[in-house]
Amino acid sequence: MSFPWAKEYKPQNPVMQWLDSRLPLPRFVFNAVGAGYPVPRNLNYFWNFGVLSGAALGIQIITGIILAMHFAANGAIAFDSVEHIMRDVNSGWLLRYAHANGASMFFIVVYLHIFRGLFYGSYKAPREMVWLLGLVIFLLMMATAFMGYVLPWGQMSFWGAKVITGLFGAIPLVGEPIQTWLLGGFAPDNAALNRFFSLHYLLPFVIAGVIILHIWALHIPGSSNPTGVEVKSEQDTVPFHPYYTAKDGFGLGVFLIVFAILLFFAPNYLGHPDNYIPANPMSTPAHIVPEWYFWPFYAILRAFTVDFLFIPAKLLGVIAMFASILLLFFLPWLDNSPVRSGHYRPLFRQFFWVLCVDVLILGYCGGAPAAEPFVMISQVAAAYYFAHFLIILPIISKIEKPAPLPASITEAVLAKQA
Amino acid sequence: MVRLIAAIVGLFFSGWLLVSAVLGGTAYISEPPAATAESLFHKHPKEVEFSFEGPLGKYDRAQLQRGFQVYKEVCSACHGLAQVAFRDLQQIGYSEGAVKKIAADWPNQIASIDPATGEAATRKALPTDKIAGPYPNDVAARAANNNALPPDLSLIAKARHEGPAYLYSLLSGYEAQPAELLKQFPEAKTPNGLHYNPYFATLNLAMPQPLTSDGQVTYADGNPKPTVDQMSKDVAAFLTWAAEPKLENRHRTGLGVLIFLLMATGLAFMSYKSIWADKKH
Amino acid sequence: MATLEPSAENGDISEAGVRRRDFINIAAVSFAGVGAGTILIPLVNQMNPSADVLALASIEVDISAIQAGQAIKTMWRKQPVFIRNLTPEEIAAAEKVDASSLRDPETLEQRTKEGKKNWLITKGVCTHLGCVPLGAGEGEVKGEFGGYFCPCHGSFYDTAARIRKGPAPKNLEVPEYVFKSDTVVQIG
Repeated sequence: MSFPWAKEYKPQNPVMQWLDSRLPLPRFVFNAVGAGYPVPRNLNYFWNFGVLSGAALGIQIITGIILAMHFAANGAIAFDSVEHIMRDVNSGWLLRYAHANGASMFFIVVYLHIFRGLFYGSYKAPREMVWLLGLVIFLLMMATAFMGYVLPWGQMSFWGAKVITGLFGAIPLVGEPIQTWLLGGFAPDNAALNRFFSLHYLLPFVIAGVIILHIWALHIPGSSNPTGVEVKSEQDTVPFHPYYTAKDGFGLGVFLIVFAILLFFAPNYLGHPDNYIPANPMSTPAHIVPEWYFWPFYAILRAFTVDFLFIPAKLLGVIAMFASILLLFFLPWLDNSPVRSGHYRPLFRQFFWVLCVDVLILGYCGGAPAAEPFVMISQVAAAYYFAHFLIILPIISKIEKPAPLPASITEAVLAKQA
Repeated sequence: MVRLIAAIVGLFFSGWLLVSAVLGGTAYISEPPAATAESLFHKHPKEVEFSFEGPLGKYDRAQLQRGFQVYKEVCSACHGLAQVAFRDLQQIGYSEGAVKKIAADWPNQIASIDPATGEAATRKALPTDKIAGPYPNDVAARAANNNALPPDLSLIAKARHEGPAYLYSLLSGYEAQPAELLKQFPEAKTPNGLHYNPYFATLNLAMPQPLTSDGQVTYADGNPKPTVDQMSKDVAAFLTWAAEPKLENRHRTGLGVLIFLLMATGLAFMSYKSIWADKKH
Repeated sequence: MATLEPSAENGDISEAGVRRRDFINIAAVSFAGVGAGTILIPLVNQMNPSADVLALASIEVDISAIQAGQAIKTMWRKQPVFIRNLTPEEIAAAEKVDASSLRDPETLEQRTKEGKKNWLITKGVCTHLGCVPLGAGEGEVKGEFGGYFCPCHGSFYDTAARIRKGPAPKNLEVPEYVFKSDTVVQIG
């Protein structure tokens, strides 16, 4: 499962030898992220975001476990218990702001990680399973983040829970029973808050488990690289440690600097003021918006305004929103160009950048009020989103003439040096 | 096969979205949304400077105490501060004894029981109690205020966009409804029982102008003159502290953390570069 | 011709270079270690009592209504405290005992404030395993020494709340308190 030149784990220390022969955990780590894992030597900074996503999950789990020691999952006191954390618990404000902004940081690095994969064709054979597991992680993250946002039981928490569970109500026949079942009532209340808390605590560990599978699947073919050319010889690679541990250490530093600026100097910048108002089932906020990382999907949800024959627009929106994520599961088979990296795909590259701008526009519209001209813009942008993956990519992969590929990673590196 | 199905699904979604966009777009162009009184007369908060702004901002203790005085003498007649305890006032410079006295003298007593009979009663507040508003519950608050609920002010500065500037603008921004507005939107005349304020989202709010005249609150010697503008600013600062009491600690910690991280990241960069020095990539 | 690995002859890797590199790596790892260690402080400290808990660490009790021979239970730091107004007979009974003969030798004087010998203030927590002894409430069993009796494992305390019989090793603990006035005691 690795390259023949991968270094073997040979512990010098007798304690480690003893351990290795009984429980080869050090060997496992050595082969996964140590000197025993040969990695292409030409990875650029975009390859930092996998490790950073893992770090972000770690930060969320640690701060989350601590917040759970002080939080009370009860509709009557949840809001007050969060304020208790902010005011009275030792360093509580630090931990809570770290958790709230940590979620945003997590999504920032995961989105960069995903778009790196999209540009460099990391989803292509033989790495389809890495991509699919990554999407599973992404779905779990979204569920976790949504349920976490409900917990402080502010206005946006409450109305977010109501709107999102209401999506299931759009399903014909079984929709309303499902919504009632999800909430354990007819509207969000204690029952919903308690189960969301339970699942919000559980899912990160499920994510951690799927991450292990994600990395396992990655280690079968080994990491991809910016040229998209597979590793051919030992000189194409360097051991993960110390080369990429050092680079990831630097990346982690930059990540923490951005995180610290957000946490200490603009902790509420990405949040919504309405969530500092206690949940009130009798009064709806002027604009219900989810957290920023859901905005593109929220825009797609709201883009459907016209019924199609017997299908109501609301149901279409729900189907489209789920479809916008689920279609990514088919990406490895939609784009069957033999060339991976966008560097060598002139046509693909142009559409890739259009997609990036398109998603940013969708995000902007998702955060804006549901009124013209934003609805119109988001409709065009959503149309492009679906067309990009479902129509344009398959066509490009047929008609495109890729640029000549380097013979090997080494050759590409030498060409760059010269 | 996958690609064929994908193309059909894609054509359906994209096509229908474009149809919707054209339908919505033509409606938007043929009948552009009419201007409303809110869209023309609602104002963004005024420009105002506070000592706590910026990455190294600190609260001005004297200002917070003035703001507390305004809260106590004016706002607390209707609004509570349920997340803030009297003991927290020590953070803005009151002594332990002063806090005890403020709590004991607080007009809105704490719900309690008579220790002899067990019947509902009230008792004087202790420093450990939260700062209570005058109403025992929301229903009572609405009944006393023409069915409008005076919100708790503990988090108000964080619960509004540009909170501190908004509070300052709202409190100092009451005015007569402009004649221009009435001319354009005669139906938007401020209803009875509401009060016109261009900084409020719907232009009319239930709260009558609370700070009506200069000198309404008497500041101790050595403080600025208690003009409406000054009092609005002071109470906005106090409510910002009430919403974010750990701001100074946060700024201080943040500065230290950033300096440390910059050094550590600089070292990590040098380490990264030196490790890679013999590897071209 | 370009090569992947610069050779030592090019002077890229001199001995001084290697030493400098080691120094940087050690410094970078040390910084990371210090950072990780510092982060642990708030993560551990958050489990300490929060500000609202600490604010309730001292309470004031009005004792004006307690008649001689009566006792009240009050709550302090989420534990019961007994405040007992001793009768002259109870004081005499306590003083009759030779303190040095007791398991935990203390006199009534040592366990009360000067001039307030009748006010016995103790925690209502048995020093054996932490049960709440009986004897403070109206009509509760006071045990054979007239003070308190812990029903869990049969510890008997006398009128100065000193352990006299049973498994408890110590007298009932006297918390820190001061008389704010003749009728108000501040505990803690």
